[in-house]
Amino acid sequence: MGYQFEFADVFAYWPDLLAGALHTLVLSGLAMAIGMVVAVLGALGKTSGPRWLQWFLDGYIEAIRNTPFLIQIFMIYFGLPAAGIRLSSDTAALLALVVNVGAYGIEIIRAGIESISKGQIEAGKSLGLRPLQIFRFIILKPAIQAIYPSLTSQFILLMLNSSVCSAIAASELTAAAGDIQSRTFRSFEVYFIVTCMYFAMSVLFWGAFAAIERIWLRKPSLR
Amino acid sequence: MRVLNEGDIFFIVTAVRWTLLLSLAAFIGGGIGGLVVALARTAEFKWLRFLALGYIKIFQGTPLLMQLFLAFFVPGIFGIDIDPWGAAAVGLSLHASAFLGEIWRGSIEVVPRGQSEAARALGLTYVPRMFLIVIPQAFRIAIPPTIGFLVQLIKGTSLASIIGFVEITRAAQIINNATFRPFTIFALVALVYFLICWPLSAYSKIMERRLTVASR
Repeated sequence: MGYQFEFADVFAYWPDLLAGALHTLVLSGLAMAIGMVVAVLGALGKTSGPRWLQWFLDGYIEAIRNTPFLIQIFMIYFGLPAAGIRLSSDTAALLALVVNVGAYGIEIIRAGIESISKGQIEAGKSLGLRPLQIFRFIILKPAIQAIYPSLTSQFILLMLNSSVCSAIAASELTAAAGDIQSRTFRSFEVYFIVTCMYFAMSVLFWGAFAAIERIWLRKPSLR
Repeated sequence: MRVLNEGDIFFIVTAVRWTLLLSLAAFIGGGIGGLVVALARTAEFKWLRFLALGYIKIFQGTPLLMQLFLAFFVPGIFGIDIDPWGAAAVGLSLHASAFLGEIWRGSIEVVPRGQSEAARALGLTYVPRMFLIVIPQAFRIAIPPTIGFLVQLIKGTSLASIIGFVEITRAAQIINNATFRPFTIFALVALVYFLICWPLSAYSKIMERRLTVASR
């Protein structure tokens, strides 16, 4: 094995790597936040909207779930300008991630809403709770408990998926890696370090989400 | 720049065979690897379970794109020449091994312990116990999530275009660079992916519903 590892060449660019990781976190965080608004509205539309809206949402969900994210990004970044909508690569990346996570989120949120049994809501009504109180005390917390695992793993998936945004040169970690690679020609070293950085972020979020679940979402014991 | 013609459309649509071939290779490779990972995850030895868990976590905690990049660049360290096809097939197989391994571990664990204990009491050794008693029962439960993952895998092959493998996404990019009709071209490619993935997703959903009804 005659390969000389030159990690130092890559570490020289550590400010770029750090900035890339930060961009990835901001991009994923923003996309998740906006995506969840889309998902909640979409789930409401799917459970109680008019028939045409439900069909439209079904079409949206199936279209997104059955096509690659890379093609969705290309459609938004290269395809939309044909319709007169020109976006910067960062905006296009954010929009693509929101559109993508929204489709998965609708199904998650809907499952959460449907996990609340009708009897619970009726019990709340018969106790004289107002609709907003019923939503807050009877629907919201148990629903969050039910969807928390899928919601958090969706966020980590989104963060990892955001690396695909490098294909349109959005500023995030993978694009930073490509940039460093083209300057140092140290392909293995760059991608190895960046892979470790992604893994570190995943581990961090796995830990944080598990801690949050332990502290705030503990289910009351059934005694 | 030139005009998009029928030949271009034909070039893109027929490139789907490389998408399908890559998906098949990754599914076979991932199926074999996934079985090993699932058996290791449910093994009696703690170190083996731990090793398999580490493997799964690494692939679940890093982007598929990075896994493909490393599959492309790591062999070079050992002086092995690998082309984009080989790198994509190996990378996606390793990726699929982790995910299928985790899916199948779940299916194996759903089979009641008594089954395995009864087989042991009858004097069956590990291999016939797993392959004749446990896995056949786990198989039915595993079908819907396995098909669901196959859809993920087929979509994932599009990332092979980034390391330079000419499947349908790369073919579309090549034609787009010459003709610059991105909307038409990528909508066409999206449609092709949809026609492959949607029936699989629908089948997986129906099977899953049937299983939950049956187990109620």
